[in-house]
Amino acid sequence: MTVATKSTTASQELEHPSAPLLRMERIPHVWCPSCGIGTVVKCYATALERSGVDLDKVSVVSGIGCSGRVAGYLKLDGFHTTHGRALPFATGLKLGRPELLVTVISGDGDLVGIGGNHFIHAARRNIDLLVILINNFIYGMTGGQNAPTTPQQARSSTMPYGNFETPFSLPHLAASSGASYVARWTCLHIRRLTWSIEEAIHKRGFRFIEVIAPCPTLYARLNKLGTGLDAMRFYHDTAVIRNDADTRELDISFQSEITCGKFVDEERPTFLDLMHNHYSDQLGDRYVPTPPEGGMLHEQ
Amino acid sequence: MKADPAGVLTGSHYLDGDVACGEGAMAAGCRFVAGYPITPSTEVVERIARRFPTLGGTFIQMEDELASMAAVVGAAWTGTKTMTVTSGPGFSLMMENIGLAAMMETPCVVVNVQRGGPSTGLPTMVGQGDVMQARWGSHGDYEVIALCPQSPQEAFDLTIDAFNLAEIYRLPVMFLMDECVGHMTEKVVIPEADAIEVEPRRLTDKSPEEFGPYQINGGQIPEFARAGDGYRFHTTGLTHDERGYPVMNAECHDASVRRLVGKIRDNADSIVRFEEEGMDDAEVVVVSFGITARVARLAVEEARSRGIRVGFLRLVVIWPFPEKRIRELAGSVAAFVVPEINLGQIALEVERVAAGQAVTWPVNHAGGAVHDPDAITEIIVKAAS
Ligand SMILES: Cc1ncc(C[n+]2csc(CCOP(=O)(O)OP(=O)(O)O)c2C)c(N)n1
Ligand code: SF4
Ligand SMILES: [Mg+2]
Repeated sequence: MTVATKSTTASQELEHPSAPLLRMERIPHVWCPSCGIGTVVKCYATALERSGVDLDKVSVVSGIGCSGRVAGYLKLDGFHTTHGRALPFATGLKLGRPELLVTVISGDGDLVGIGGNHFIHAARRNIDLLVILINNFIYGMTGGQNAPTTPQQARSSTMPYGNFETPFSLPHLAASSGASYVARWTCLHIRRLTWSIEEAIHKRGFRFIEVIAPCPTLYARLNKLGTGLDAMRFYHDTAVIRNDADTRELDISFQSEITCGKFVDEERPTFLDLMHNHYSDQLGDRYVPTPPEGGMLHEQ
Repeated sequence: MKADPAGVLTGSHYLDGDVACGEGAMAAGCRFVAGYPITPSTEVVERIARRFPTLGGTFIQMEDELASMAAVVGAAWTGTKTMTVTSGPGFSLMMENIGLAAMMETPCVVVNVQRGGPSTGLPTMVGQGDVMQARWGSHGDYEVIALCPQSPQEAFDLTIDAFNLAEIYRLPVMFLMDECVGHMTEKVVIPEADAIEVEPRRLTDKSPEEFGPYQINGGQIPEFARAGDGYRFHTTGLTHDERGYPVMNAECHDASVRRLVGKIRDNADSIVRFEEEGMDDAEVVVVSFGITARVARLAVEEARSRGIRVGFLRLVVIWPFPEKRIRELAGSVAAFVVPEINLGQIALEVERVAAGQAVTWPVNHAGGAVHDPDAITEIIVKAAS
């Protein structure tokens, strides 16, 4: 996006600081004003730039939803897949070409609703994926239906009298399924989130970052919570940072305190580590691993 | 190009159809397989899981068939040749991401060793009831290619063809075996690697600046860029333009879907494959495929020995359907006899294409066994009289 400010003329337009990583030709994007998803895109783009990784080797995979549109705005190899299947798709990408840095960015409904089974299995395998889950407590794209993350009492279009189901605590789900890095931030924690993403880029295994994000158009409107700015005030007043907190104590109730921080950071053997070690043990010289650049047949 | 010798188990073997299919995939250059166990298909991936670690391939057992198919589509975007293997219940779960593969134009192979359905049906017994599902199973309009082997030897040979067709036309190719062929053991001759032609991925030689993942350049099939080669391309299951960017309007959708369908329909003559015998004087033609074709051949011989002028047409490629040939035959024969282990799927196609010019006689049963050849002979006799 080119932003003309008062002190600049049209010929002196400023470039968006993340422009090299964005598909500027696709702006304006689909997201509503003051939606939290854009913040996550900016933090991810900044973290990637700072990380110094080879951007040609980065793939971003999204599922379906407002958050699922993220892959479409990043100037990287980007895959906008099917609802809930970003993780298995990304698993294929990573195993097909192990040198890739594969990031999954998608929504709560996508990754732990319809995709919940894939989520626990990807974490269990500790496969090398960086997963950024944008949790707005609702199905945004389809008009505000209940999600497996909707807090009890919160209203959604399919729980018009308030939600009575028990939601997931996502850091606990990720940690107990085997993730090797687990953190939670809100869209207010821009620096911490960016830093956390950058840190996770350099780690291995299944790395999970939950970002609590405002959906002013649906979640906030249905629950009379105001604008995205009001959400920022709310995060400011009620979010607490407790690094290394016990993941059993991270439940989120309606408009309650939100515990943020890094909860898990332990290097464990990844799916590929385990596979390589095991086949090397069992097969010795007969083991031929998939080369880092992929198992493609080249013209001989 | 020629096959990579590492994957080719040259020699004469005694293999069942499932194992022969696995060997065909490895010979074709397949190096990524994701699957979920299901009878009667599991032997395919068991074979692959044993051999892949010595070939630079990766097999992963996923949490379900939704995930298997999604992983296969993802891995295909690294340029790797990929395959998944299942049977009816898993095939149903794969439909979602078969549609994604069709929409993203992702080369891959989906093996379905058919058993009796619907639902859990007859897990260990034969069926051919997924013929229409293979063609129409995912929502919306798209085309597939589907091949039907009648023997373990063909399970090997046609699996290689399935991979080659997937590369040429950039789509998911269905490999429709059936439990009988999958579990039947026969001699399979695997040639030398340099006697096996394999299609490489058709990588673009454009620069990233010039490249669009769905640019057509006058043809019908886009060039491919792999993830990780610096193209920084975007692809989506949404209706998209040549840059792979979503475009939500009727014009773009119409053009996109027509191209997906057209790239197969317009090339049907080069994709369609069948074998025929005894057509010169035929007044009745038996049309069959897979294991049923072998049973039907006995019936055809019996009918001929009784003096009935019957021809035999075996579908090797079942989709696209050999419309041209059936239409020609419909003009010169009185009837088609269509035995299949379902309650009439290919018979519907024959009837549609024959368009009233010849009568179609289905010979059906729902699954669990192959036909009694006499049941087919009986209908041939009726059709001829
Ligand atoms: C198989 C399937 N079922 C349902 C849908 C409809 N659908 C699209 S987005 C969505 C919910 C997305 O929610 P979430 O992942 O939380 O994303 P958000 O829009 O909130 O960012 C649903 C149910 C679909 N596209 N595919
Ligand atoms: S509906 Fe909600 S989540 Fe979707 S773009 Fe609008 S504010 Fe964001
Ligand atoms: Mg959501």
